Parts: sequence; C-alpha cells; structure tokens
Amino acid sequence: MPYPTDRRYTKEHEWITADGTIGITNHAQDSLGDIVFVELPKVGTEITVGKAFGTVESVKAVSDLFAPVSGTVTTVNDALATAPEQVNKDAHGAWMVKIKVKDPAEMNALLSAADYDKFVSEEAGH
Amino acid sequence: MSALEATPPVVPNNVRKTALNAVHRQMGAKMVGFNGWDMPVEYPASIGCGIVAEHLAVRTGVGIFDVSHMGDIRLAGREALAAVQHISMNDASRLAIGQAQYSALLYPQGTFVDDVIVHRLGEDEYLLVINAGTREKDFSWVRDNTRQFDCKVEHLSDDFTQIAIQGPKGVDVLQKLTDADLSAVKFYWVTRGTICGLKNILMGRTGYTAEDGFEIYIPPDEPTSARVWYAILEAGKEFGVVPCGLGARNTLRLEGKLPLYGHEISDTINVWEAGLDRFCKMEKPDFIGHAALEKAKTEGVKKTLVGLEMVDRGIARDGYKVLDDGGREIGYVTSGSPAPFLKKNIALAYVPPAQAAVGKTVKVEIRGQGVKAQVVPTPFYKRPKKAAKSE
Repeated sequence: MPYPTDRRYTKEHEWITADGTIGITNHAQDSLGDIVFVELPKVGTEITVGKAFGTVESVKAVSDLFAPVSGTVTTVNDALATAPEQVNKDAHGAWMVKIKVKDPAEMNALLSAADYDKFVSEEAGH
Repeated sequence: MSALEATPPVVPNNVRKTALNAVHRQMGAKMVGFNGWDMPVEYPASIGCGIVAEHLAVRTGVGIFDVSHMGDIRLAGREALAAVQHISMNDASRLAIGQAQYSALLYPQGTFVDDVIVHRLGEDEYLLVINAGTREKDFSWVRDNTRQFDCKVEHLSDDFTQIAIQGPKGVDVLQKLTDADLSAVKFYWVTRGTICGLKNILMGRTGYTAEDGFEIYIPPDEPTSARVWYAILEAGKEFGVVPCGLGARNTLRLEGKLPLYGHEISDTINVWEAGLDRFCKMEKPDFIGHAALEKAKTEGVKKTLVGLEMVDRGIARDGYKVLDDGGREIGYVTSGSPAPFLKKNIALAYVPPAQAAVGKTVKVEIRGQGVKAQVVPTPFYKRPKKAAKSE
C-alpha cells in the first residue's frame, strides 16, 4: 500500500498531516493485528514530541502512541472507543487526535512518505 | 508506536524451526520467537485470518495449528506403569489402552515441572506430550527419576510433526482424510489409521482450545509435513478451515482456563494453588510431590487462581498487579487478554483465598490506574454439549 504524500511520518509508525491530524500507519496496524482498544488523551492535553500520549492495544500487544511533534489536543476521535477495528480497516483514514502544532518547524524532522516506505522496507529486511 | 515486531526474515541459527516453517512463511504468517522456536503467531488478513478470525473459526468451525514444537517422551517396558505413576500426579492405572489423561510432573515440593498429557498406547507403553519450552528439562527429569524401573525412556520430540485440527468441524475434516472411524473415538482417547496414505498414524482426540478436535502425529520430514498440512486445508475448505497461530491458541486456551506453563503453573506454584485438584490423585500409590502436597493441604493455600472479567474499560495483561478496593496489592495476573468469542476482557490471576469468591470486586492496575474487575466463574467458556449422534 502506498503511503499518502499529504502527511509526514515517524519511525515509531505515526503519521501527521500539516493541520495536525495524527494517526498510525498501515504498517503499524498490520504489525499489531486486530486492534481492540484505543486510549486517547482529553481535549486540551499538551503532548510533547517523542513522548507517549496514548495507547493502542491489539489482542496480543500493547503499544504506546508517541507524539510526532509537540502541541495541544483540540479534537479526539471518540468513535475509536467503540470501533477500534476502524484502524485496521483504514489506518490512514482512522485518525486518533488533532492537535494545534506548537512549532511547525518540528515537522521538518519527520519522514516523507517515500522515506518512511524505505524505512519500513529496511526494518523488515534487517 | 512502539513494541512493533517486524517479521524476522532471517532466523538465527540457535532458533528452532518446525518442518512446516517454510509453509507458514509462504502463507504469509507473522512469525515470533516462542520458547526458542520460530512460530506463526497469526496468518494474514488477506487469507481471512488474524487472531480474532482464527479464534472464531475454531469456536464455530475448524482451524488447524502446527504444534510440532510440543515434545514427546515414550516410556515402555515391564515397569512403565510404575514409572509413570511415580513421576505424575494423575492415576495412570485407570487408563485403558488407547486412553489419555491430563496430568503433571511435579517437584518434591508439589510444584510443577510441567503439565502433560499421558497417553497409554499399549500394554506397557506410554507417551507423554510435553511443552515446547520445557522439553529438555522434562526429559532429563523423567529419565533421572525413573532409573529404578525396568522401563526404557525415549525422547521422541523430533520424531513427529504434530498438527492440531480443532473445532466442532474438526472431526469432519479429518474423517475425509483417514480410514479410521473417528466417531468411535471418545474425547481423550486415541486411535491409529492411515492419513493421506501414511499408515499407522497416531490420532488423539485432544487439544488445547477447549473445543473438540484431534491432534495427529505424522513423520517429521518437510515434504510429508507440508503435504498433509495442505491436504487438511483442502479437505476443510467446505467447513471454512483456516490455519491458526499461537495467538489464537493462547486466547482459545485462556477462554477455556487451560493452564500455560510459566503463567498459571510453574516451579513456584503448587497443585492446590493452581486449582488442579481433580487431576491429582492423592489416594494412588506414592508419587513425587505427594508428601509436600499432603502437608500443603493441611496448611491451606495463600493464593488461589481465579477468573477475572474487566468491569470497567481496560485490558488486563500478563504480570499486571491485582489490587483490592482500597488499592492495596493482593495478587497478579497470570494471563490476560480480550476474549474474542466471549467479547469480554478476561484474565486469570492469583489472589488470596479471601478475595477469591465469585462476585468479589477487585482492581487491575493498568498503566498506573486501578481498573475495576470482578471474580467470575471459570472456565470462562465451555463448549456446548453435542446432542448424541445416532450414527
């Protein structure tokens, strides 16, 4: 599956769009397997680049969500509380939170779609 | 995200592989290390799999598992029964030829070397099926503790590819491939017959899924193993068969409260604590662990295994702390997971007997928060009794 070019990626397998919408990648949902639980911060929470801000659980595994950049949570995708499987069905559409990005310059440190694709292929081939 | 494990394409030399390893990879299975083995945890969604789908297939239809990592020890000879009786807690003298029983090997302290299935294959011949992670330890234990008996002890773990065909349709699938009359084989009995042209194959109506099904023991070479694996998948098509990995194997056994070595049972947990009383026959002739268990019985247990169901939102995981209402630590979770068939978040946990009554409310510490859970009856899942067949 090609990674959308309208957003940036982290090596921890999150994506973020220019307007601050955050989700996990298709590779992440595939690695986790059946996602059964998503725990997200409340609106107004400050999240810090590189720090955990939420949790995704599959049947088998617990995984932290790491903030791609710093910012303040403005919207939470509450639908995932009752339908976490949406993330398996459409990882690049089923967003987790929207944030007001604190410092847009932090986005520059993130991977492009092509770089992330390459990173994932290399990780699989280590 | 963190804790993501990509499929390792290159397996280190010290990791063991079953004869079906290449088949699993070819089918796109996600592979993980398990007790030193490179095993499939789940198969891809693109072929209708994934832990939840695999779990549901076994509850409602049929799924197959490569369980060749399980070990096998054969005891044969004039005093084989006496040897088995000495090293295991169940009463093997009750076994007819062709019958099997759940049992355990115990240390003198009454704690677990391993849990096993004891099969009586002949007049003086027994087969113990043991766990993958404890193969070498078990074999040494059995050999060293049966020296006084006139009985040959053989380690046959690498002599079989073991495939489990599990689920209400499991018997129908296997029946298509064998001349043996499987309807005549009761639960926890074995038979022999031809499967896919292979003669004299051992088939046991056993499993680790809390479901009906068979486990078959075929020659361990790769071509034969692959041929039979694919033949079962082909024969099972009409029943919606899927290959299943260790992920579903774990959730299935958890719903059925079947213990897992290193979790519910271990060398620090005794039989009474684990609640396996009905498989421990104190009245039979002496066996290793008997004296300690007798003493432990009079002293009473300090912890006991209970089933928990999460009341509030959260999933208990292996090793999480169990707290009382006041937030005091009282125990720990041995196995916890979402239960795909029951659609609840369940766990097995050790707590003090005073906290173990069904209906009791406790908390499970999840990421620093006490999340409400309740002690519930176990097993969480029991397979429905089939109406007697007239055939």
